[in-house]
Amino acid sequence: MEYLQFLLIIILSPLVNGIIKKLKANMQGRRGPGVFQPYYDLIRLFKKNMVVSNVTSWVFRVTPYVVFSSAVAATMVVPVISNNVAFSQMADLIALVYILGLGRFFMALGGLDAGTAFGGEGSSREMTVAVLVEPMVMLALFTAAISAGSTNLVKVTGHGTAFYTPSHLLAFSAFLVAIIAETGRIPVDNPDTHLELTMIHEGMLLEYSGRYLALMEWAHYIKQVLLFTLAIDIFFPFGLTSSGDALSIVISTGIYLVKILLMAFLMALIESTRAKMRFFQLPSLLGGAFVLALLSLLSYVMMGR
Amino acid sequence: MNSELFLTAGVVFFFLASLVSILRPNLIVYLFSASGSILFAIVGLYLLFAGPQSLDIKLISGSALEFSFGGDALSGLFVIIISILVFAVSLYSIGYTSDMKNKGLMGLLFNLFVLSMYGVVLSKNIITFLILWETMSIVSYFLVTFEGEHKSAKAGLVYAVMTHIGTAFIIALFLLLYSYSRSMELSTIKATASNIPQDVKDIIFIFSIIGFGTKAGVVPIHTWLPRAHPAAPSNISALMSGVMIKTGIYGFLRVSMDILGSGPEWWGITILIIGAVSSVLGVMYALMEHDMKRLLAYHSVENIGIILLGIGAAMLFKTSGLYTLSSIALIAGLYHVLNHAVFKGLLFMGAGAVLHATHVKDMEELGGLLKKMPYTGLFFLIGSISICALPPFNGFVSEWLTYQSLLLGFKNPSITAKLLSPLGGAALALTGALAAACFVKAFGISFLGMPRSSHAEDAHEVSISMISGMAILASLCLILGIFPGTVTGVIAPVSFLITGSYGIPSYQGLIFISESSAGLSPQFLLITMVVMAIATIVFIYTVGGKRKITFAESWDCGIPSLTPRMQYSATAFTKPIRNIFKRIYLPRRELSVSYIVKPFFVKSIRYSGEITPFFERYLYEPVVNIIHRIAGKVRLLQSGSLHLYLGYILVTLILLLVFGS
Repeated sequence: MEYLQFLLIIILSPLVNGIIKKLKANMQGRRGPGVFQPYYDLIRLFKKNMVVSNVTSWVFRVTPYVVFSSAVAATMVVPVISNNVAFSQMADLIALVYILGLGRFFMALGGLDAGTAFGGEGSSREMTVAVLVEPMVMLALFTAAISAGSTNLVKVTGHGTAFYTPSHLLAFSAFLVAIIAETGRIPVDNPDTHLELTMIHEGMLLEYSGRYLALMEWAHYIKQVLLFTLAIDIFFPFGLTSSGDALSIVISTGIYLVKILLMAFLMALIESTRAKMRFFQLPSLLGGAFVLALLSLLSYVMMGR
Repeated sequence: MNSELFLTAGVVFFFLASLVSILRPNLIVYLFSASGSILFAIVGLYLLFAGPQSLDIKLISGSALEFSFGGDALSGLFVIIISILVFAVSLYSIGYTSDMKNKGLMGLLFNLFVLSMYGVVLSKNIITFLILWETMSIVSYFLVTFEGEHKSAKAGLVYAVMTHIGTAFIIALFLLLYSYSRSMELSTIKATASNIPQDVKDIIFIFSIIGFGTKAGVVPIHTWLPRAHPAAPSNISALMSGVMIKTGIYGFLRVSMDILGSGPEWWGITILIIGAVSSVLGVMYALMEHDMKRLLAYHSVENIGIILLGIGAAMLFKTSGLYTLSSIALIAGLYHVLNHAVFKGLLFMGAGAVLHATHVKDMEELGGLLKKMPYTGLFFLIGSISICALPPFNGFVSEWLTYQSLLLGFKNPSITAKLLSPLGGAALALTGALAAACFVKAFGISFLGMPRSSHAEDAHEVSISMISGMAILASLCLILGIFPGTVTGVIAPVSFLITGSYGIPSYQGLIFISESSAGLSPQFLLITMVVMAIATIVFIYTVGGKRKITFAESWDCGIPSLTPRMQYSATAFTKPIRNIFKRIYLPRRELSVSYIVKPFFVKSIRYSGEITPFFERYLYEPVVNIIHRIAGKVRLLQSGSLHLYLGYILVTLILLLVFGS
């Protein structure tokens, strides 16, 4: 189990995206596509021929593989249903952020490689959002790591931090904003748009097609569920099993799925009730979240909880 | 005994190289330099592992002007770092300098410069140190002004003035140290340092920040750096940015952590704050530079800041008596010294190769170079990933260690340290994200897309010597990244010397910090990612089979064809960040539009924008103005009238007679 739990994230990630879409559609009074639609899309894309811009270099073609394998590598260190993580010494919380950073770096390069304005626009905005998000994520993670006395994810989870302490509530709110920004959701980015002037994430992917596009999309789904799992692990770390017997695995899988569904519901709710912000209004949202993360640290240092 | 032999041989090689440079061309000169650097590397290893007794050379012994060379593990580590870079840069220089006008002079100055840097870190007494420090500054001044343009002359002047202000502080602090120990020997000074009263120690500490900080380029005394480094020829920029500024770090560590031992808490906090400010502002200004070499020079300011974050954390721990943690933090800082030398040397060589091939520095005229210069492009990409601290390359490991030390800062007893350390970590995160944005721009605009000018269109790959110089450092970027345990093992003697603890137990491919039970294995991460990429390819072929790729034009919204001018430019790429941080940049822009029919048919648009150089305008200009004003007042005395001057002499004479008797 400790070797294979990361596969759960990889396999379930398109489904989670499908569920969010369905929930969103229902909240907006539409029927929406079925929850399994992302799987059909991925398979269809895998089977398609590709059109690649003749301006591009090898960086463009390497990018999907780097993005995908970095997302997969990141999932391998995260406790999903069991607190025994076989690869936990490979990377810790901080390294996790940087592994995802590697994917983003290449994705932004891929956006610039075709020499179009849309790609450049997407890359530029993505890196700008990252500049605003990264310090905030780190501060929120620092609070969790300091209170657990370790940056190792298994240790942080096993520490069983009480989510109702002020510092953890504040850190969780900051982290939630970070998830929204990192997964390109409203109010930061609109995942459904293909209007050139507003897109961030989609702008970088504009020149990709076929299996390259499929890999990039799938990596995006994986990153989304990975961040949900991270939030669960750090802020609501109950229900993880540490033994290997079948019953406890089934139970903790069930608890995990319920928690992921709640996160998905939360995302759909936020997306349906908010409007997308103008790009240059983002600093006030993300800066506000930074202040929350800062307060969380202060609260832990000053009050000890 | 043996190490003295190697040292002498090394010195002889560099002198031979300098001599040969007057007569014979490149190849032999730089092969001599490269061999000399290998000999010095052996000396460095002796000092690191056999200890300080393994090297002791005295020249003009017994006189007041005694030259004394030797050192300890700290010197050894810096000797090795210098050697690595000198070896690679020497190979690179064979090709880079081949079509220079004054190759002979270049060879001579190059070798003297390298020797003086070795001399600085191997000095055992004050006199030797100061003389070689000054030699290093003067030789590097000549190298900055080597290309003889008006701009480089001005850069040279700024450099000369600032570096001498720094030297003045260094001389002052050594005089203070001498006045208490009555000895020129650094080892004696260290042994008697406990006699120095605390307030004098504080003054020495502040002087060492200003003196050595000027050389290292910390904010706000960094302003010479983005002028001088780009003005120098690129092989020299690589050396200056890679190792010369590190002699500032060496000097600071030698004085403040080795000789003075440890100080009050505010020392560490000061260094931590200076580090955080330098790293964030350095990378912010780098982001706005579109001249490749200036951009890299600002990144040196950033990386010195990151190094100081590690050192500051180490000082805080040492004050609190947490020696193991102090050792870990110091290892983080020194690891970054090594890494920065490697990747910054690589990046400057890459920028030099681009300059050599296209004759332009401005990114807005580049583009599409990856296809014309595949090797340079690949190596520049590796350097970019390393400097952005992305796994599995070397910058990542040292920044990870810095993060760990800053988080462990919570174990300090005082609230200030507890709070400031994680905030330093947040500054590091901001720096990392900005650096990533900066290098997406630097690599993406220069090497990807379409060529933006005929210069870039006609670019060609550089010579084999330049490629090999870059290849060495690029492979080192990976090696230093995936064998972190080996590297920390090499650094451990240094950190033992200063903190009395080895810090991290040395495993081969894994770093494990037991204090925070956090582990990192870039090696395993690399293997995992490669395996996953292969598995992905296999999976795709199983699901989708073999599909064909059609090459076509980029999506152009239906207009006939895209031109290079429609690409995103470097200015456009950084616009959002310029806008968001406008309080820091204070940007200014001018837009003039001329119309055929107002307001619909535009004939031409002229746009120019710049950011306000904050420190130059609000810190240096007022000081310069005050000096000018005082000079203006003093000028009244010097009216040019001979009678008045004779009057001065008369008055002076009378005064002397009155007070002298």
